[in-house]
Amino acid sequence: MKCQHCEKPATFHITELTDGVPEELHLCEEHARIYLMQADVNEEDVPSIAGALAQHLNINEAAEQLAKLDQQACPLCGITFYEFRHVGRLGCPHDYICFEDEIDPIVSNIHSATMHVGKKPRGAAEGTDKRTDIIRLRREMEQAIQVEDYEKASQLRDQIIGIDKEQSG
Amino acid sequence: MDELAGKGGEWLKGTGPESDIVISSRIRLARNLSEFPFVRKCSDSDKSAIETRVAELINQDSKWSDPVSYYRIDEMNDLDRQFLVERQLISRELAESNGARSVLIDSDEKFSVMINEEDHLRIQAVQSGLDLTEAWHRVNAIDDFVDSCLHYAFHPRFGYLTACPTNVGTGMRVSVMLHLPALVMTQELEKVFRSLQKINLAVRGLYGEGSEAMGDFYQISNQITLGKSEVELVQQVNEVIPVMIEYERKARDFLLRESRDELSDRVSRAHGILQNAKTISSEETMHLLSSIRLGVNLGLIEVDVPMLNRLFLQTQPAHLQKMVGGQLDIADRNIHRARYLKKSFNIGDN
Repeated sequence: MKCQHCEKPATFHITELTDGVPEELHLCEEHARIYLMQADVNEEDVPSIAGALAQHLNINEAAEQLAKLDQQACPLCGITFYEFRHVGRLGCPHDYICFEDEIDPIVSNIHSATMHVGKKPRGAAEGTDKRTDIIRLRREMEQAIQVEDYEKASQLRDQIIGIDKEQSG
Repeated sequence: MDELAGKGGEWLKGTGPESDIVISSRIRLARNLSEFPFVRKCSDSDKSAIETRVAELINQDSKWSDPVSYYRIDEMNDLDRQFLVERQLISRELAESNGARSVLIDSDEKFSVMINEEDHLRIQAVQSGLDLTEAWHRVNAIDDFVDSCLHYAFHPRFGYLTACPTNVGTGMRVSVMLHLPALVMTQELEKVFRSLQKINLAVRGLYGEGSEAMGDFYQISNQITLGKSEVELVQQVNEVIPVMIEYERKARDFLLRESRDELSDRVSRAHGILQNAKTISSEETMHLLSSIRLGVNLGLIEVDVPMLNRLFLQTQPAHLQKMVGGQLDIADRNIHRARYLKKSFNIGDN
């Protein structure tokens, strides 16, 4: 894919959420840098993921750090930061924890707030990340079954049941 | 499903407070179960497992005030899917996506729960007219019930966790659908909408995000979901609606005062076309029905209001095809629509 502004290949794929509507931008490194700097200048216009990132990271290094950040993946669902930026959707509840530093400025830009106020589900105080770990255990169990390691699979199954019981009480 | 086809649906009943301008009040909550990836990252078996867990809740029927029906969207034909979209019981996204997905609908169509849309659960409650408080009580009660049976993904600081960061926090979208034909005619709508955006309210068309404002229907909803409580979010939308109503009423008064003859002519022509057309598109129908609805509210024409409200829904493509009893191409739909309108208006006038 070519950059939207020149003939160079597009290496940055930015999804902007404007009024909740995703808009895709495909840019080369040079134009991504320009875009990120502009996003920083126009910060008060609209909540912008790229703008938030540009603020969070040092602007001049934003493009390079973004490239590094893009490679990071969630250990539970496997989504990379690149994929999240590209589709504008996260992969699992744990992403809010493993990409917390990056998601924080995004959330703050969208909502002008960083702290939930209002209703809470039961068991809210400690959060639900322990239970979210079932995603990883289930995936490992399926992998164990595939390679016919039934002993490991049954251990993992017991672990899942254990978390289930502990939380249901 | 065919039972629904004969009925009008809660949101177009045309009753409730301020119902000449406010069509319906709607609140939806986005919820995810903590032990599954978000829907985009779910395997087929994840999706089925989520469906099963939610479907099991139906059996606890003592908890539901009305009987609840469960529909598998992936096992449905396109016509039935489109039919549910037109009734605003499911979103376009749910209709058009892939894999195991379903919807729970109560017999009054006052709430629905979409399963495996963008989030695992999208719980919505709808009330006719302006009644967000009742919609909130209903959706909150369903949410409490689901929370007592399943485990929601939650973070102490981010709140309810959602696939898109734009919904995180309360996961709540409060929206009110308004009929604003006079503001459209006086070309003041743009101005009004711009000021709404400044206070973080979004304006959408009849069928939500990215849809056209068919028939001068607009939805006003909160943009922000984090950092404000549910009650504050309801209040924020509730406060702006009387202002919108007043703008629309002023525009209507202005039109009556300054251009009564043109307005009256427009309404009569709309009536004439709907009574006599031989073929008519769904867009034109919505547009003309909107003029008549305005005419009725201003006392320029007498038309049975429940019938009018019903026609907004029944003349849409999937509803029309359900009524005729099978798939029709566009040309045939336009002919059947014209016939149905002619018949309805001629009976209504007698």
